[in-house]
Amino acid sequence: MSEAIKKFMYVNRKAPYGTVYALESLEVVLIGAAFDQDVSMAFMDDGVFQLTKGQDTGDTGVKNFSPTYKALGDYDVNKLYVEKESLEERGLSLDDLMPLTYEDEDDDWNEKPSIKLVSRSELTDLMEEQDVLMNF
Amino acid sequence: MATLHTVNKSPFEKNSLERCLSTAKDGSTILFIEDGVYSAVKGTKVSSSIEAALGKHNVYALKPDVTTRGLSDNMIDGIELVDYDGFVDLAAECSKVQSWL
Repeated sequence: MSEAIKKFMYVNRKAPYGTVYALESLEVVLIGAAFDQDVSMAFMDDGVFQLTKGQDTGDTGVKNFSPTYKALGDYDVNKLYVEKESLEERGLSLDDLMPLTYEDEDDDWNEKPSIKLVSRSELTDLMEEQDVLMNF
Repeated sequence: MATLHTVNKSPFEKNSLERCLSTAKDGSTILFIEDGVYSAVKGTKVSSSIEAALGKHNVYALKPDVTTRGLSDNMIDGIELVDYDGFVDLAAECSKVQSWL
């Protein structure tokens, strides 16, 4: 029996490490990826800090889960919407984020960027299109 | 003896930094820890308030929390990095600690 595919968006608004939200979100996304739904992730407010390059947890001893974002493409999670205004307020640009990619099966498996910079109003429209919003 | 003020929350999510800066007396020491280290990033909407504070306070950030978050190359000039031993020294040197949670 085939069920209709739903659009799921995971909305991430918290910085990594200070609270457990970011890690929990990533785990739920990876579990949810097994259900063949149309999955995307949104990063806004302090959530954009989850994707910064160069995270090194050696001195704090907490788990560095930033490399796990690089695996999302292999699970067909390749729409990572990052809100431009949130980046700018935090002195960040796309160059400060990890270069996350996926291989596009509809285009001869070419490697393409997963991160899409969107404005606040574009993100509003994307959220409106979803069937389910999961918030972290 | 001066008071040590610690801030452990992101300045973009909570007003802990703002309250710290408006309350701390000139000459007191401010230390950013945990998500508070996001206050020390260059070019943000709060960085001008930190730059102003540098003239009045000794401002530090806890290095392990900075490196964990990948912020080492993005710090405001003039903020000194300390390790855990340095944190202990600051707490010992100051008469008391006010934690802005």
